Amino acid sequence: MTQYVIRRVLLIFPTLLIVTLAVFSVVRLIPGDVATLMVSEQGYGADVEAVKHMLGLDKPWHEQYIKYMSNVLRGDLGTSLWSKRAVTEELSLRVPVSVELGILAIGVSLCIAIPIGVASAIRQDTWPDYLGRSLAIGGLSIPGFWIATIILVLPAAYFNWSPPMKYQPFLKDPLANLQLFILPAVIMGIAMSASVMRMTRAMMLEVLRQDYIRTAWAKGMRERAVIVRHALKNAMIPVVTILGMQLSLLLGGTVIMESIFNLPGMGRLLIDAINWRDYPVVQGVNLVIATAIVCMNLLVDVTYTYLDPRIRYR
Amino acid sequence: MAEQVATLAAAEKVSLGRQLPWYVDVWVRLWKEKPLGTFGGILILLVMLAALLAPVVTQYDPIVNDIPQKLKPPDAHHWLGTDNFGRDMFSRIVWGARISLYIGFGAVALGTTCAVIIGIVTGYYGGLLDSIVQRFVDAIMAFPWLIIMLTIMAVLGPGMNNVIIALSVGMLAGNSRIIRGATMSVKANLYVEAARCIGAGDLRILLHYMLPNVMAPIIIVATLGLGGAIMAEASLSFLGYGVPPPAPSWGGMLSGSGRRYMLVAPWMAVFPGIALSMAIFGFNMLGDALRDLLDPRLRSNG
Repeated sequence: MTQYVIRRVLLIFPTLLIVTLAVFSVVRLIPGDVATLMVSEQGYGADVEAVKHMLGLDKPWHEQYIKYMSNVLRGDLGTSLWSKRAVTEELSLRVPVSVELGILAIGVSLCIAIPIGVASAIRQDTWPDYLGRSLAIGGLSIPGFWIATIILVLPAAYFNWSPPMKYQPFLKDPLANLQLFILPAVIMGIAMSASVMRMTRAMMLEVLRQDYIRTAWAKGMRERAVIVRHALKNAMIPVVTILGMQLSLLLGGTVIMESIFNLPGMGRLLIDAINWRDYPVVQGVNLVIATAIVCMNLLVDVTYTYLDPRIRYR
Repeated sequence: MAEQVATLAAAEKVSLGRQLPWYVDVWVRLWKEKPLGTFGGILILLVMLAALLAPVVTQYDPIVNDIPQKLKPPDAHHWLGTDNFGRDMFSRIVWGARISLYIGFGAVALGTTCAVIIGIVTGYYGGLLDSIVQRFVDAIMAFPWLIIMLTIMAVLGPGMNNVIIALSVGMLAGNSRIIRGATMSVKANLYVEAARCIGAGDLRILLHYMLPNVMAPIIIVATLGLGGAIMAEASLSFLGYGVPPPAPSWGGMLSGSGRRYMLVAPWMAVFPGIALSMAIFGFNMLGDALRDLLDPRLRSNG
C-alpha cells in the first residue's frame, strides 16, 4: 500500500508542471494587452512600451516563466497589476469565503442526497423511487442561476423582503454570515446532490443484494438496524470518491453564485481579473485552484484505497 | 420434426421470433421499462420539433426590435409577452432552441469524437503514450470546467463556434477517461488477441473490434453530455462570455435585461428558464435511462 501511495504522490508532479505551463501560457494568449489597457483606461503614462517594461512583460516567455516559477516556489504568487497588492494577500481574503460556501453546499447536498438515495434504493422501482430520482435530476437540470435570480427578485417584489447582501466574516458575526450564505449554499447543494444521490442509490442496491444482508434479515433484525448498521457503511465507500469529484464542480460553481449574491470569493476575483487582464491574479487563482484539486484527488484516491482493502493489494 | 420443435418451444415458452438489433431494442426497452426515460425522450422531441419548425410556428422575428411593443405581458398576440426591445418572447424562445441544440450537438460531437480518439488509442496502446497523455488529462481535469471554458472564451472571443470549442475542451478530459476504461476492459477479451493472431492490423482492430464494443459508454456519455453542454452554454451566456446578443440564447435571456427588468416583466426571465430546464431535464433523464439499459456496470460510476 505504501508503494501505491508513493507512486501516486510522485505522479502529481508532472501533472502540476503541466498545470503551471498551461496556466502561464493560456493567460498570455488572452487578446487585449494589459499595458494598452492601463495606458488608455488609467493613464499610467504615455508610453505602452514603458509600462510593459515596468511590468516585466517585454521579456521572452521562457524567461518570464522561469522567473514566475522561482517566485512561486518561494511562496510569492506575484503582485496584482491593478491593485498593486500581493496576489497571496488578495487570495487570503477570498479563499475563506469560497471554502465556506463550498463546505455548506456539500453539507446541504449530503443531507438531501443520502436519505433520498437510501430511500430510493429500499423502495426500488416504486413511486417514491421515481419521485426521488426525478427530484435529484430536476435539481441537476434546473439552472442554479435562474433559481437564484427568481429567489432574489420575486420576494422583493411581493413581500418586500430581500436577503442580506453585505458580507460579514464568520468569526465576527456568525448569524449574519450564515444568513448570507445559506441561500447560495442551498441552491448549489441541490444541484450537487444529484450525483451523490444516484451513487448512493446504486451502491445501496448492490449492497442490499449481498449475503450478509440476507443473513441479517434472516436473524430478524429490524429494518433500521440492517440498513444503517450493515448496508450503509459499506455503501458509503464509493460515495467518498464522488465527493472528491464534486470538489472540482464546486470550485467552478461558486463563480456563478458569487456573482449573483455578491460574495467576495475566489470566483468573483477570477472573473474580474480576466476582464481586466490582470495576469498575475488570473495565474495565481488558477494555480491555487488547480493545485488544490490535484491534491484533493490524491487524498481521495489514497482514502479510497485505505477504506476498501480489496483494492490495496492490487 | 417441426411439430416437435414447436411443442418443445411452447412447453418452454420460448419465443421463436427474430431478435431486434441492439440499437432498435434499446428504444423498445426504453418505452417498456423506463417511463422516466421515455418522458425525457418526449421532452427532447418537443425541443427538437420547436427547433425544426421555428419558422413555421412563430410569426415574429426574434432579433428585430419593435420598441412600441416593449414589455408587454403575455396576451393573445404575444403568447409569452415581449422583452425590453419589443421582441416576442415566444419567438425568441422557439428560435433559441435552435441555438441551444446547435451548440449542444456541436459541442458533444466534437468533444465526444476527440474523447473517443484519445480514450481508445490510449486504452489500446497503453504504455508510455498512455502515461503521458493521462498526465495531460489530469492537468485539464484539475481545472473546474467553468474556469476552463471562461478562459478559452476569453482567449477566443465571443461567437457560437468558439463556444462549441470551449465546451468540447471542457468535456473531453473526463469522457476520455471513461472510454479509456471501457477500452481496456474490451481489450482483455480473447477475441482481440485472436484477431491479432490472424493478422489483423492495429487500425482494423481499433475500428472493427474496439469501437463497436465501446459504443454503449459512448452513447451514454454523449446523451448526458448534451444536457451538460446546454447547461454550460447557458452559464457562459449568463456570465457574459457566451453567445453574444442579439442572438436569442436562452442563457443570455436570463442575464442582463432579464434580471434588470425582473420586477417589471418577470416573464422575460421565467420562460427561458423553464425552456432551459425542460431541455436539460429531458437529456439527463434520457441519459440516465439509457445508462441503466445499456450498461448496468456503469451505474455505479454515478
